[in-house]
Amino acid sequence: MNRRARLVLFAVVAPVFAVLFFLAVRGLPSFGSEFHPYADRAVAVATGQRATANVVSSVNFDQRAVDTLGEEFILFGSVVGTIVLLRPAPEERDAGLRPAGGVLPTTRLAGYLLLPVSVLVGLYVIAHGQLSPGGGFQGGVVLATGWHLLYVAGRYTALRRAAPPTVLEIAESIGAAAYTAIGLAGLVMGGAFLTNFLPTGSFNDLLSGGTVPLLNGAVGVAVAAAIVLLLSGFLEQAVVLRRTEEPLAGSSIGTEEPLAGSSIGTEEPLAGSSTTVDDAEQR
Amino acid sequence: MTTLPYLVAGWLFLVGCYGLVTSHNLVHTVACLTVAQSATYVLLLAVGFRAGATAPVFADVPVGTRVVDPVVQALSLTDIVVAATVTAVLLALTIQIYKRHGTVNPDELRTLQD
Repeated sequence: MNRRARLVLFAVVAPVFAVLFFLAVRGLPSFGSEFHPYADRAVAVATGQRATANVVSSVNFDQRAVDTLGEEFILFGSVVGTIVLLRPAPEERDAGLRPAGGVLPTTRLAGYLLLPVSVLVGLYVIAHGQLSPGGGFQGGVVLATGWHLLYVAGRYTALRRAAPPTVLEIAESIGAAAYTAIGLAGLVMGGAFLTNFLPTGSFNDLLSGGTVPLLNGAVGVAVAAAIVLLLSGFLEQAVVLRRTEEPLAGSSIGTEEPLAGSSIGTEEPLAGSSTTVDDAEQR
Repeated sequence: MTTLPYLVAGWLFLVGCYGLVTSHNLVHTVACLTVAQSATYVLLLAVGFRAGATAPVFADVPVGTRVVDPVVQALSLTDIVVAATVTAVLLALTIQIYKRHGTVNPDELRTLQD
């Protein structure tokens, strides 16, 4: 579809959507109204029987925990998809690290100083998901961000060494598997998948909410590993991979042939990558 | 005035769609998709708002305080995670399209149609 056709289609569909949407929101309860039947029930369950001070966590990891299992596996699937899409092509090779540009000493210092702080904040946010705003998803992203301060400080090799892709892939899988295992434990102990089968503890205590902190921990591990893996996939494209000048035999671009040559071609950059990075470190 | 936040959500969605339609660059297209998607956050949070209420976290406030709807906030969290993962996959696809076709302008990607 060309540009003009797209614009014409948009000009036809957008007003129709606008009118229907306007009519639809006229029928919604007015903004800020007191009518929230689901909220009242969710708050009553979370603060009463389940002793979870953060009701959003209670909804995510207890009352609607099966939905979060799906969300967890959407994340898992997208990480697998991105890794597969960003694998080195037959005509690419690992060219070693580009020489690092000038990183200001202050930037380097800030990176090293903020690394432990952000890792601590990430762990705090994960551990207190049942009490205060936060939880596994938010804390996992903070942890992964902290990791990438190493890259900001100009130490890509240190980042690679501190978090090898294999370890991250295993951590990601363990996180997703732990969530499922806790759900299955609920099936055995409580009679339903992802039942909150542990004692809920006393309200507003660090050890409260039953399985909520455990599920938060599993999600935290999985999300942190997933985000580092995703970003390292993109960083690899920018920092390490180069297109070779002469394509490998039988792997010219845009034909069917790369498929035939790919099994051999993809092995080589991967096998070469570890040594190249090691060399760069020793220099 | 009572429907204004909902209308903002509809406007955000349409603006994002307009960007998708007129985009010259696939990276820009992905950004427009996230704009359109952010309309759903505004809509969800607007639906859950309760005038004068606080956040649904009872760590510092006594149980029984009026709070906004935690269910739609949990839905927004799911929404954000899905948006982030979709963005990652689409950007990876964009990188591969650039490597294959040497362009990220959707109008120049004719080989897909042949």
